[in-house]
Amino acid sequence: MLDDYFRQYGLVLIFSIVALVVPAGMLLLSWAAQYIGARPSKPSMVKSQIYECGMETIGGRWARFNIRYYLFAILFLVFDVEAVFLYPWAIHFRQLGLFALVEMAVFIAILTLGWVYAWRKRALDWR
Amino acid sequence: MESFLERNSFFSHLYRFFDAATPSWLAYLLAASVIVFVLVNGLMLFTMALIYMERRLIGRFQVRLGPNRVGPFGLLQPVADAIKILFKEDLVPVGADRITFNLAPVLFIFPVFLSLAVVPFGERYFLADLNVAVLFIMGVSGLSTIAILMAGWSSANRYAMFGAVRAVAQLISYEVPMVLSLVGVLLLVGSMSMVTIVEGQRLPLILLQPLGFLVFFMAALAELNRTPFDLVEAESELVAGYHTEYSGMKFGMFMLAEFAASVVSSAIIVTVFFKGWEGPLLPSHLWFVIKLFVVLFVLIWIRATLPRLRIDQIMAFAWKVLFPLSLVNIAATAVEVLLWPQPTTAQIWAMVGINWGVTFVSLALWSWLMGPTLRPNMPQLLRGATTGKAA
Repeated sequence: MLDDYFRQYGLVLIFSIVALVVPAGMLLLSWAAQYIGARPSKPSMVKSQIYECGMETIGGRWARFNIRYYLFAILFLVFDVEAVFLYPWAIHFRQLGLFALVEMAVFIAILTLGWVYAWRKRALDWR
Repeated sequence: MESFLERNSFFSHLYRFFDAATPSWLAYLLAASVIVFVLVNGLMLFTMALIYMERRLIGRFQVRLGPNRVGPFGLLQPVADAIKILFKEDLVPVGADRITFNLAPVLFIFPVFLSLAVVPFGERYFLADLNVAVLFIMGVSGLSTIAILMAGWSSANRYAMFGAVRAVAQLISYEVPMVLSLVGVLLLVGSMSMVTIVEGQRLPLILLQPLGFLVFFMAALAELNRTPFDLVEAESELVAGYHTEYSGMKFGMFMLAEFAASVVSSAIIVTVFFKGWEGPLLPSHLWFVIKLFVVLFVLIWIRATLPRLRIDQIMAFAWKVLFPLSLVNIAATAVEVLLWPQPTTAQIWAMVGINWGVTFVSLALWSWLMGPTLRPNMPQLLRGATTGKAA
């Protein structure tokens, strides 16, 4: 039983190594193509400027961005953790029965209250 | 080795073949390599088929021909594109963070490949049957968010940066309803293994979980950055979003990964909601491929039909529509499973009726309630022109 378990994950491990090697190989191939002259490589000052509609960038290259992105990140954190609790609950729901349903209803009710609060505070609006 | 071999006939044929001549650990490695080789190349092949199909179909939808010059019916167009892109000059902008810049496309393809590891393509044909497969897919696909942020940040370009932060905001927002919409499926099947999900479906789950399917499908569209959620790469607003500065093979890798992600997501949708490889008469792999292409066709159809949404509409749609609807779905399914733990056929059909009723009532009620609030700050000029449709 345990052997089976590791064999499955062994296959996933081999697959994940290949999933890293294949794209890295693509990059290496195109990098190597430059040295056999199959791919041009003539960088110049103008070409390697960053693209901005032909204008020069004003100010720093890394622009500041709005605080609202952080709000969504925090909301995501709260509700994705909820999913971590929901998954094992859903798997074993048949064995657990009514008690688990009430428990989860209370848990989701509390989170939903937070969601309503976030909505009322206009945290869900894109302003 | 027996129980694993029995269930995975793809692996067992190869393993027995190699086991005759080599030690068992080498046979395991060789068999695994062959399967992985087939999987990766199969994904590439389907991705190329999707690229060809998408360009031809979009052409048809827009009353033009689409690519038809390279090879018969333009079939070799994706191959020609791949060769061309391999020999394009590769530019790295001044001031870019070179390591992150080069690593981002690799890391973007990685999760796309890896999600395929747990999808069964036919009867007893799969790479691995993890008992946490659904969680594995959700966790792994979250990695692409990091790759997008790496690409946008390391380019040192403002368009790329804005594209990346928009992408991250959109992806994490739609991750929540996507994860929650599958809870209904897990309640009904009682397992996270993709193989068990296929075998445990007495009816295709789209009948039993219409609301879950709708939420999952729309969230998947958003996760794939496809129209109408393709705001991340909005050409008319952000040049090309997070891969503005990428050229040559690296740009090609981003494109490849996006199309491959469409194939993988469709495979997951087919497995979870359309009974996977099961079907009468035809061999199971063929059924899987047929269903896969039907879902891919719907994706292309949607792209040809719908315009792009605004960012405030997209974010509001995730948090104010899809999130509560997925909670409604969980509640309805949980009560039904509690009432009928081991449903008979009649009870299953009763569940189908109830779930479709819940779907229509909640959709109608929510769009009636939310319709006005989902269209905030609309320009005065447009206010009279739009119909009562929710965004």
